[in-house]
Amino acid sequence: MSNIPSELKYTESHEWVKDNGDGTVTVGITDHAQDALGDLVFVELPEIGKQVAAKDACAVVESVKAASDIYSPLSGEVVGANDVLDGAPETINDDAYGEGWIFQLKLSDPSQLDDLMDAGGYEQLLADEG
Amino acid sequence: MLIQEHSRPGRRATAQAPLATPDPAELPPARRRKQRAALPEVSELQAVRHYTRLSQQNFSIDTHFYPLGSCTMKYNPRACNSLASLPGFLARHPAAPESHSQGIMACLHELQAMLKSVTGMHAVSLAPAAGAQGELAGVMMIRAYHDARGDHARREMLVPDAAHGTNPASAIMAGFQVREVPTGRDGDVDIDALRAVVGPQTAGIMLTNPSTVGVFDRNIQAIAKTVHEAGGLLYYDGANLNAILGKVRPGDMGFDVIHMNLHKTFSTPHGGGGPGAGPVGVSKRLEPYLPIPLVEQDDDGYHWLDEDDRPESIGRLTAFGGNMGILLRAYIYARLLGAEGMRRVSEFATLNANYLQARLRAAGFQLAYPERRASHEFIVTLKKEAKDFGVNTMDVAKRLLDYGYHAPTTYFPLLVPECLLIEPTETEPKEALDGFVEAMIKIRAEAEHEPETVKQAPHHLPVRRLDDVRAARQLDVAWKPAASLADSQR
Amino acid sequence: MPFIPHTDADIATMLDTIGVDSIEALFDEIPAELRAQGLDGIPDGLSEMEVTQLLQARARADGEPTCFIGAGAYDHHIPAAVWQITTRGEFYSAYTPYQAEASQGTLQVLYEFQSMMTALTGLDVSNASLYDGASALAEAVLMAVRSNRKVKQPRVLMPRTVHPFYRRTVASIVQHQGIELVEVDYDRRSGQTRVADCEAVADQPFAALVLPQPNVFGVLEEVDALTDWAQARDALVIGVVNPVALALLSPPGDWGQAGADIACGEGQPLGMPLASGGPYLGFLCCKQAFIRQLPGRIAGRTQDLDGKIGYTLTLQAREQHIRRSKATSNICTNQGLLVTAATIHMAILGAEGLERVAAACHANTARLSQQLCEVAGVQPIFSGPVFHERALSLPAPTETVLAGLAEQDILGGFDLGREYPELGSALLVCATEKRTDAEIATYREALASALIIAKAA
Repeated sequence: MSNIPSELKYTESHEWVKDNGDGTVTVGITDHAQDALGDLVFVELPEIGKQVAAKDACAVVESVKAASDIYSPLSGEVVGANDVLDGAPETINDDAYGEGWIFQLKLSDPSQLDDLMDAGGYEQLLADEG
Repeated sequence: MLIQEHSRPGRRATAQAPLATPDPAELPPARRRKQRAALPEVSELQAVRHYTRLSQQNFSIDTHFYPLGSCTMKYNPRACNSLASLPGFLARHPAAPESHSQGIMACLHELQAMLKSVTGMHAVSLAPAAGAQGELAGVMMIRAYHDARGDHARREMLVPDAAHGTNPASAIMAGFQVREVPTGRDGDVDIDALRAVVGPQTAGIMLTNPSTVGVFDRNIQAIAKTVHEAGGLLYYDGANLNAILGKVRPGDMGFDVIHMNLHKTFSTPHGGGGPGAGPVGVSKRLEPYLPIPLVEQDDDGYHWLDEDDRPESIGRLTAFGGNMGILLRAYIYARLLGAEGMRRVSEFATLNANYLQARLRAAGFQLAYPERRASHEFIVTLKKEAKDFGVNTMDVAKRLLDYGYHAPTTYFPLLVPECLLIEPTETEPKEALDGFVEAMIKIRAEAEHEPETVKQAPHHLPVRRLDDVRAARQLDVAWKPAASLADSQR
Repeated sequence: MPFIPHTDADIATMLDTIGVDSIEALFDEIPAELRAQGLDGIPDGLSEMEVTQLLQARARADGEPTCFIGAGAYDHHIPAAVWQITTRGEFYSAYTPYQAEASQGTLQVLYEFQSMMTALTGLDVSNASLYDGASALAEAVLMAVRSNRKVKQPRVLMPRTVHPFYRRTVASIVQHQGIELVEVDYDRRSGQTRVADCEAVADQPFAALVLPQPNVFGVLEEVDALTDWAQARDALVIGVVNPVALALLSPPGDWGQAGADIACGEGQPLGMPLASGGPYLGFLCCKQAFIRQLPGRIAGRTQDLDGKIGYTLTLQAREQHIRRSKATSNICTNQGLLVTAATIHMAILGAEGLERVAAACHANTARLSQQLCEVAGVQPIFSGPVFHERALSLPAPTETVLAGLAEQDILGGFDLGREYPELGSALLVCATEKRTDAEIATYREALASALIIAKAA
C-alpha cells in the first residue's frame, strides 16, 4: 500500500502539496508516482521566478523508460527548486515526501488550496485507478 | 576493449594515408589546431580484427531469426548491395551534370513510377532520408495544402493512440497540435470517437493500416469519408506496407499522402539503425508541394526538378536530395521481384504471421486480438504469465536471446499490457517459425519452474543484463584520454 | 519465388494449421472493393543475372569523369577494409540496438564513434549521427533555440557563407517552428563573414550564430573573433565543420574564449563514397550542459549484472518513441551503417593519417588553383585563406564552360554564380588527395579550350 501522509494535499496527476503557512507551498510527486515511474534518472526543474498557472506543465521527471510532466498544482510564482535533484534524482525514489521535494510556489490565490484532494480523496483515487 | 585502448603512440596504418605532405604553411597559425585529436593509433590488422570481433557480438538477419514487430526484418538480398556498389554509382558526385547522370536517373525515375503504381498514388518524391523524415514531409504537405487555400484554422492532427511515436512528434515539428483518437476493443479505430473530434480545426489524420496492433482496419472507408467530409486529409504511415503490398493500395483506400519505409518493405538494410529512406506519395492535389528534387523524363532524357521548377514545394530535406544508395537498393529489389513477386511478399508475410499466431495460440499463449486475422504481424500478451509466474515480457524477451532468437518488439503498442509484437516476414522458412514456438514453450515452462533463469536472462550473450539506470545516471558517452581526464579532475 | 522459401507441402501444412483453405482467405477482413486489380507499371521480375546486366549498363552510362567538384561532398580515398567490414552481415543486416545484450557490436561502435567525434571537435559529447550535414544543422538550430536560457527570442543568425543547400534545408525543416533565420552578408574581398556584417543585422537579441569553417567558398572564417562577439551577446555558437579539415584546423571547442557550444557537419569525408549524395551521415556534438537537448540516439557505457563493461542506448526518454509529441525531435533513425564505416575509417587513418589527407587536399587545391589561374581571364575571387576549395572567376558563362568540360569527362566544379549572382561567372573548384598532377594538368588544358569555345559561342 502506498504511503499517503495525512497532512498533505494531492492532485489527480499524483503531485503532493505541502502548505508552508506563509503563502508558499512545496510540491513533489507521491510515493505511488515514484514507484510507478521506477528508478529516476533525471529531473528538469522549473526556473526560479517563472509564473505558472494551475495545471501548467512545469517540470519533468525521467526514468529510463518514461518521461513524465509534473504539473503545477496551483497558480503562482516559482520561488524555490530542489537543486539536490540535479545530481541525485534518486532522492525522489528514496524520500518522495521529504528530501525529494521538487519546487516551491508563492501562491497567487491561497484559496485554491481548498480545491485539492486530501489524503482520503487521494487514497480513493488510487483505489479507483486500481 | 575499445579501439582507443588498443592505441599506442606512433603506431599507424601508413599504406592507407597519402605519403607525407609538406606542412600547409599557407594556413594561418591562428586557425591551426594546437594539439592532435585523440584518435586511435593502430595497425590495419588491429582495426580489422577489432571490428570483425565487434560484428560477431551482434544479432542480425544474416545470423538470426528476427521477428521484430513493425520493423519488417526480412532478408536483404546481397545483389542489392553489390549492384548499388558498382564503381560508377559510388563515384558519382551529387552535383554531377545530367550528362553524366542518365544511368542513375533512369533507375530513380523507374523507382518513382513503381512506387506510384504499387501505392496507387499520383506522384512520388524519393527525397526523404528516412521514415520519420517522410512523415514530416507528409504532414508539411498537408499544412501547405490547407495554407494555400487560406484554410489557416486547420491546425489539429489526429493520431490514433496506438500510433508510432514518430507520428505525433512529426506533427508537432510541422506546427500542428496533436489530438489522440482511441482504438476500439477490436483493434479498429473507434469510429464514433473519431466522428466526435473532427471539425473545421482538423488538418488530417495519420493512420497505419494494418495498424500497429496488427489488424486491418475494416472501417477504413468510413474513416476516410469522415475525415474528408470534415475537410481533413488522410496520411498513411507506410510502416506496415509489407502486409498489403500488391494486394491493397493506400491510394484506393482514400489516402492523400503516404510515406514508405524502403528499409522495411523494399528490403534495404537496417544497418544497425540506419540509413533508411522514406519516399512520399501524394494524390493530385498535393503534387505541387512534394519535397525536391524529383526526376522527370522528356524527349532529351532525364532531368532534375528543383526549387525553380517547383516553387510551392515544401523544400529540400537534405543537402543532396536523399539516400541515393538506398534508393538504388530498393530499385534493384523491386526489379528482382516484379509485380508478381511483390504480391507474394504480402501473401507469404501474412501466411507466416497467421501460422505463427495459430501455433502460439494452440500452445496456450494469449492473443491480444484473438478474434481477428493477423496481418503480417500480431500481438501476444504475457499478462497472465506475468501475474502467475512474476516473469515479465522483458524477461521473456531476454531469454529468447539465449535461445538464439531476436526478441519481438516489446511493450509496443502501449495500449496492450505486457505485449510482444511479432512479425516473422515472408523470407523465413517454416522451420524457423516452429523453432521459435518451441523456444516460447520452453521459456514459459522455465518461468513456471525456475523463474530466476528467465528473470536473470540472458546468460549466453557477450554481456548479461545491462544497467540502464546506471547508464543514465552516471552518463559516460565518450571515451577521453587519461591525460585529459586527469586535467578535468584537477 | 524470389526470397520466399515455402514449398507446396509447407504451404499446405501451414494453411491447415491456421484452418483456412487458401492464402487468399487470410485477406478476408479487407473489403473486397479495395482489393488491387493489377499493378500497371511494374514490370515482370528479373533474374539476378539480368538485373546485374541492367545495372552494369546503367552504371557505365554515367562514365568515369574526373571530379573537381566539392561543395559539400568530397572524393577521398577509402581504405579497402572500411566497407569490407562494414558490409559484414552482422553490421549490415542488424536492427537498431534496442536489445542491447544482442547488439554490443553496434553499440560499442557508436560509443567509439561518439568518442572520435568529440576528439575531433573538441566538444564534450556527440550523438550517434543524424541523416546528413544539412539536416544536422537544422537540428542544431532547433536545439540552440531550445537550449538558450538567456535569449528567448527564436532568432538565429545565418551567414550567407553557409552552403546554400544547407540554408534551404534548415529553412524547410524549421519552417513551422516560428524561428527567424537572419541572413548575414559577407565581405566581397576576403570571402569572410566579418563581425561588422553580423553587427549590421544584430539590432535585436538572437539565440545563436551559425559559423561555417571552412565556409562555402572554401575560405576560413575568423572564428575566434566571431565566437567571442556572439557569446558576449548571450548567443550560442553553432560551428558547421568539415571533419577532415579538423585534422588541421582549430576545433570548435577551442574557438574564442569559451569555445563554440554546438558543432555539426557532414561526415561523408570520413569513409563514405560520393554515391550521388547519400547515404551520408550528419554529426552533432555539444558541450555537456546541452546534452539533454541533443536530439537523436546516444550510446552510453555501463555495466552488466556482473559488473562487466557493456554499452546501451541511453537518455532515450528524450526521444520520440517514449516522449511522443514532446520529444526533442521526430528523428528516429541514425545512420548506423555509415557510422560504422566512419569509425573504421578514423581508426585506420588515425589523427596523423587524417592530417596527411587534409594537407594533401590543401596542397592539391593550391596547385590546381595556381594552374587554372594561368589560363587567361581566370582568377581567384577571394583573398581569404582557403582549406581545400577555391572560388574562381571565369571570363565566360560558367554553365557553358562546365558543359564543355563535361564533354571531356571533367567535372570542373560547382557553379557558384547560380547561388551568388553578385559574383558573376564563378566556379568553386576542389582537388582532393586523389587528384594527380596529370589530372590537374589535363584540367588546365581542357579549361583553356572550353573557354575559347565558350567565348566564341
